[in-house]
Amino acid sequence: MAYMHIGKDFVPPDVTGKVTGRIKYAEDYTREGMVYARLLTSPIPHARVLEIDAAEALAMDGVYGILTADEVYPDGEPQSTGLKILTNHPTLVGEPILALAAVDEKTAETAIAAINVTFERLPFVLDPLDSLREGGPNAFVDGNTFGRQGFTEAKWSSDQVASFRAGNAPAEDAPTTGPIPTFAYGDLEAGFAAAADGFVYEGSFTTAGYPHHSMEPRSAMAYWEDGKLYLHGTSQSLTALANDMAGIIGVAKEDLVFINAATGGGFGQRARAGSIPSMAIPAKMSQKLNRPVMMRITREEEFTIGGARQGFQGWIKVGFRPDGVMSACDIFVVSDNGGKGGGADAFSAADCISILYQTEAVRFRGASVATNTAHRGAQRGPGQNQIAPIISPIMDAAADALGMSRLDIRVVNSAQTGDVGGPQRQPLTSAYMPEALQQAANDFDWEGRQSRRRQRNGSKVTGLGIGQGYHNAGRSGMDGIVMMGADGRLKIHNGVGNLGTYSYASTSRAAAEALKMPWESCDIITGRTDYHLPITSPQDGSNSIFTNTRTCYGAAMDMLAKMKEIAAQGLGGEPADYDISDERVHRIADGGIGMSYAEVAQRAMELGGKFTGEAELPEELAEWTQIAASRLAGTGFMGIYHDPAHSNNPPGFTVTCTEIELDLETGKYEILDMVSIGECGTVMHPQGLKNQLVGGAVWGIGLSALERHLYDPQNGLPASTGYWQSKVPTYLDTPARIETGWVDLPDPENPVGARGIGEPTQGSVSAALTAAISDALDGHIFGAAPITTDMIINHVAGTQEDAVALAQNNFRG
Amino acid sequence: MQPVNPQLTRRRFIKGVIASGAVAGTTSLWYAANGQSRPAGAVERMIRLNVNGQDRTVDVAPQETLASTLRYKLGLTGTKLGCNRGECGACTVLVDDVPTYGCSVLTHSMKDGRIETVEGLEAPDGTLHPVQQGFVDALGPQCGYCTPGQVMAAVGLLRANPNPTRQEARMGMAGNICRCGSYDSYLDGVMRAAEIG
Ligand code: FES
Ligand code: FES
Repeated sequence: MAYMHIGKDFVPPDVTGKVTGRIKYAEDYTREGMVYARLLTSPIPHARVLEIDAAEALAMDGVYGILTADEVYPDGEPQSTGLKILTNHPTLVGEPILALAAVDEKTAETAIAAINVTFERLPFVLDPLDSLREGGPNAFVDGNTFGRQGFTEAKWSSDQVASFRAGNAPAEDAPTTGPIPTFAYGDLEAGFAAAADGFVYEGSFTTAGYPHHSMEPRSAMAYWEDGKLYLHGTSQSLTALANDMAGIIGVAKEDLVFINAATGGGFGQRARAGSIPSMAIPAKMSQKLNRPVMMRITREEEFTIGGARQGFQGWIKVGFRPDGVMSACDIFVVSDNGGKGGGADAFSAADCISILYQTEAVRFRGASVATNTAHRGAQRGPGQNQIAPIISPIMDAAADALGMSRLDIRVVNSAQTGDVGGPQRQPLTSAYMPEALQQAANDFDWEGRQSRRRQRNGSKVTGLGIGQGYHNAGRSGMDGIVMMGADGRLKIHNGVGNLGTYSYASTSRAAAEALKMPWESCDIITGRTDYHLPITSPQDGSNSIFTNTRTCYGAAMDMLAKMKEIAAQGLGGEPADYDISDERVHRIADGGIGMSYAEVAQRAMELGGKFTGEAELPEELAEWTQIAASRLAGTGFMGIYHDPAHSNNPPGFTVTCTEIELDLETGKYEILDMVSIGECGTVMHPQGLKNQLVGGAVWGIGLSALERHLYDPQNGLPASTGYWQSKVPTYLDTPARIETGWVDLPDPENPVGARGIGEPTQGSVSAALTAAISDALDGHIFGAAPITTDMIINHVAGTQEDAVALAQNNFRG
Repeated sequence: MQPVNPQLTRRRFIKGVIASGAVAGTTSLWYAANGQSRPAGAVERMIRLNVNGQDRTVDVAPQETLASTLRYKLGLTGTKLGCNRGECGACTVLVDDVPTYGCSVLTHSMKDGRIETVEGLEAPDGTLHPVQQGFVDALGPQCGYCTPGQVMAAVGLLRANPNPTRQEARMGMAGNICRCGSYDSYLDGVMRAAEIG
């Protein structure tokens, strides 16, 4: 289909601000009378605060006041594992206990050093299996897991834990726990029986937790004026976050102005207010002191409260029929929920296997267990990406055993339009995985390179890897608003966050497309909530493109229908007699009879009512959107839309091929070539898609090779609090060039055919890289992410790496 | 391969701070470096800095870092702080054409230096510097938080080597982390800048 905007590159309006340094992040603001808040955080992993003596600190010159958990939660702290604004029950090192505001940060730090906090030390635990063992310590006073019944204790017998640690299958009756602890479909027994003449793999695995480390620390600045709270902060979605942040702070939604022109990286942890309650501290401190308050967050603090990926300790058994079909998968995952937060990563991992490989029978069991380590939550492909590097070498082992090519076994098991997946056997909205595999293989010359496979060059050996990634990539139920004034310009109100994907702009282009509007005649209204922005989905989980093209397009279509109605009223005939082109509504039969958009907008404002948002608004609008719409009502010509729920699963898929050269003497490897292909429906913005593909590739390299939490087992202190210790890949850890491409076939459940892509690209790269390492080592399966150089050297030296007991948050190999 | 700045090391920075009388504990160092305290010191506080071609007189605490002075005293917030401890490169500025971590040098040591920040690159008529234009053309930035540092590292690289190979550009930019992983697009931008520069 020929589009005006969809599939074409453009310069997003904020890019110039980024290259000139003019765009402002929360910490770049200042305000007269501003004071600075600093945090006193827990120095120990699990404790109870018995007493706070701040008398000396409060008497110091330049100190304005403190804020404690008792003030923030006068009715007691919420009973949950979620991060709190401040707490008297820290369950991780670095959890904020109190905040102090002073004339400057040095004074604040000096004053904090003078505060005496008496802690009662409580038992702590760093490894979920240690907590799972009967008699083992719990991360919380009331248990080690949290569900509908509140805190509970999940315990296995010592023998069960020891056996699982040794890499054996968990007992049939091993207790499960977590948000979605089990699912099963298909006939597992029959699946493994069918694989008896094919290939069956069984083994244990670990994947490491590691921090988000968004480049912008989660600093925030707040002040109150005329009863309104102005909060400069950071988010992945302005309106989704502000909508919930109002509740956390305790301010009416209509009285919160959230200002967030740019966010220095999100990756999951800035999508929802519950993951970033620290922004409430300057808000509440400002309310208390009646002054603007800035709270800068350090890299070290970002490490502890900034959120992290769950680590897995697992066991998996996978069966393949002789024709290569994955007939059964049995998986058990003990996941590390950390000291705050948590999530259903383990469920998502099993769900991903079901969808990505179209497995005939799957049984998933899991135990999500808290540890006194960093806060956990959503992080780029939570679950889907942890499992990708584990499963890919198993696919390769099956291909080798069955005499198939490693590409063919993936084609045999790939998802296509009409397929279903997951425990609910939910249909996919569309799927073109065979096409993606073939395109990646062609672009990479997969077949041509096979002759180089495992070739030796001195101490170096070549490995080839292919991997796939998946994430659910679209939601619905959100709202859209577009406005037009007498100048005829289209104003697209968009609450999507500006965190680097440019989807706030590319989704807006769906509205321009619907109205055939030149991009130069469009303005994206975003950056602060008092510009009256509709509710959006939290911009996480690859969903923005699918979800918010639906809302932007829908709002523009509402405006289009109103345009035709106005034209018919003024010029005669029926609305159906009209079409649009060149910013005019005109008769289909006679293009000379029509009105310019500016004239239609002028007429709409004269008519009022539904044309200006003063009547007949969609009933299902979210409360947040209703507030925005009520403030816009009567100010211009309005198109407004509530997106009804869609039923099927819009997938985002990627495929990556890579070639590495691994040095058997050093354990290091170089990525020589990499090709990543996206399968995300119609492409909205090629440059933006390319950036998601290469950015995810860097994350995939981190997952497979570098990033991990480390804790001191004696005192529970984090050892990897910066970029260096949990190493983020640099220019030199990544290839000089990552080739990208896309399938670009439309999805029928999106008005412009588009789906999202942000998460899966990390999974496919991690899967391909791990497969390549395994390939270079004659098919050895580590069952681990990351695979460090130590592990490679140990394996080459014949050390029994596989015999290393499963452990989280510590060195392996 | 050229190190980012062979003259200016983390060790030298820490020694400088200790000599200036600030407490040398890691956390205290961080805050001391923000330069908001006013301890007595032997160092003259009012100093003249040459920033983006202009002489600026500014009150600088003895232990204050260049990044803090630029951001909080001179309002040049284009220079970002990602780690404030020499790990990420978000604070990169040019000192005498050499890319330098602004968080890891003391402002007092910059008195004789020619300091350039991202704000000083545009021509007076608003024309973007070739590196900025190259980054726009290649859509180098994602979240943009590392971008000013990447821009300054690229400007420094291209002054030293106006026509780098992609591999040389990769080496020259290696002191700047991008958590969004936009390295490929930044390298495209550097190569484009070399073309249009
Ligand atoms: S802020 Fe200076 S290197 Fe990170
Ligand atoms: S663009 Fe986000 S950190 Fe580089």
